Amino acid sequence: MAPVLETKKLCKSFGALTVAQNIDFRLAPGDRHALIGPNGAGKTTFVNMLMGVLAPSSGEILLAGEDVTRAPQARRVRGGLGRTFQINTLFRNLPVLDNVALAVAERSGLALRLWRPASSYQLIKDEVMALLATLGLADDAEARVADLPYGKQRLVEIAIALGLKPKVLLLDEPAAGVPSEESNKILKNLENLPSEIAILIIEHDMDIVFRFARRITVLVQGEVLVEGAPEEIARDRRVHQVYLGEGTHG
Amino acid sequence: MTQASAQSSGYLADGRIRWTEWLPWVAALGGFFLLPEYLALGSRILIFILFALSLDLILGYAGIITLGHSAFFGLGAYTAGILSAKLGIHDNFLQLAAAAGAAALLGAITGAIILRTRALTLLMLTLAITAILLEVANKMTTLTGGADGLSGVVVAPILGLFKFDIFGKTAFLYCLAVLFIGWFFVRRLIYSPFGAMLTGIRENTARMHAVGAPVYRRLVLVYTISATMAGVAGALLTQVNQFVGLNVLGLEPSGDLLVMLILGGVGRLYGAFVGPVVYLIAQDYLAKQYPEYWYLGIGLLLIFVVLFARGGILGILDKWLPFSKPRSSAKASAR
Repeated sequence: MAPVLETKKLCKSFGALTVAQNIDFRLAPGDRHALIGPNGAGKTTFVNMLMGVLAPSSGEILLAGEDVTRAPQARRVRGGLGRTFQINTLFRNLPVLDNVALAVAERSGLALRLWRPASSYQLIKDEVMALLATLGLADDAEARVADLPYGKQRLVEIAIALGLKPKVLLLDEPAAGVPSEESNKILKNLENLPSEIAILIIEHDMDIVFRFARRITVLVQGEVLVEGAPEEIARDRRVHQVYLGEGTHG
Repeated sequence: MTQASAQSSGYLADGRIRWTEWLPWVAALGGFFLLPEYLALGSRILIFILFALSLDLILGYAGIITLGHSAFFGLGAYTAGILSAKLGIHDNFLQLAAAAGAAALLGAITGAIILRTRALTLLMLTLAITAILLEVANKMTTLTGGADGLSGVVVAPILGLFKFDIFGKTAFLYCLAVLFIGWFFVRRLIYSPFGAMLTGIRENTARMHAVGAPVYRRLVLVYTISATMAGVAGALLTQVNQFVGLNVLGLEPSGDLLVMLILGGVGRLYGAFVGPVVYLIAQDYLAKQYPEYWYLGIGLLLIFVVLFARGGILGILDKWLPFSKPRSSAKASAR
């Protein structure tokens, strides 16, 4: 299938420090792809380049076939790229409903309406409530995000991204900082996401990676070390070396 | 689970006007009939409420911090003044419209330049712009009268009917009417999806970027709207005083305005009403009692508010008077 997101020879360096080197990456509709690698491998840099937070030094990013390498973040999002953040990046003082409604309003082009009260936009609220219901957040719609337990806040991250109806969803450590019983709930929700969305998950928790991903890319020092199915990655000697440190420091 | 507290904008807020929101207007009309000797002060207060509303829109809702809002106020004041004193255009609505247009243009242009920066840099740039305008007004004496001020401003009877009288009755009601329109507009705006979006930018800019909002363009837009309102407020001051002085530009009026808004309460619409009332009445009283030290009183008031009442005077009222809070009604709820 034609990739919905593709990078070609993507590079990024800060002065002499190279954090991404010739990354070739493809994501097709419906993919469940994991990006793993030790700390400092350049995973977040890669996501930031995809989103347009960081400009690559060279290389190309294609979203649904369109070159978005230099496009601002807003255009990429409108092109179908949604993300969650590793560290909660929410409207903490606003109700859960507003957190998601702001995303829905942007997507549906209603964010510049300045006459009728926001609360009269039933279409937006209905969509948000339906979305919250699928994530088990319906009862929390009116609660302030800051008052929610951390695990639920992580789900709000996902709800906001889904409010954009993304073609591609980047999940940056969706279960980071969540106790294991709650991370299970998050994983269940991830497994229930619409199957046509292409999902790239960046994760440290190997349980989640191997349960969720059907394809894995291992990033080491800014380079793709290996890409393959979970079984292949699990067997790969180089991956073991990287994670267990065998012989890597000579 | 605690419910989201007091929503004064957003998708759960009840946009209908509550009875408490009519109180300022009742008070203003009461003042008109009961305190005729204070109408000049009253008009000044109404003008600064409009000015403070425009600041609240960008500071309280969009989170743009500025010390240069007097640039638009002053430009509006001088535009109306020059139109009348130099070009002989005495129609009050034409003066307002020209002031609004000039301020909007300045807001769009300077906003497009400076809103790419944030925090302290932005603060300094806003200050620089109003300082430049002050210097220009000071030097272009043929147009502005420089330090002597611009006199000879004439305002024709409003709608051809209501002449500005020496007691300031017409002026007061005229300011009240313009303020009412401004308030109504801002109120619609902050309860709308646009207002919710502004709150989003203030609460978390990174997240607004990530949901696809072209944040910079939105900021320039709201900055322009706010500048327009400030320009109208400045023009009102000119029309009421029939004079423009250099004191409408520069740091001082910007700083005074900021203090007024903080006193009243930032980001809650009616803080812009309470702040100017308290500040300007205190100023009027203290300046009569202690002509040399009146700023001391204002300073103490500000210190008190910043130390003990971060939400301003309205923040204190919230704690004492439950009904002063905007409610998020069951009707507004999502089901």
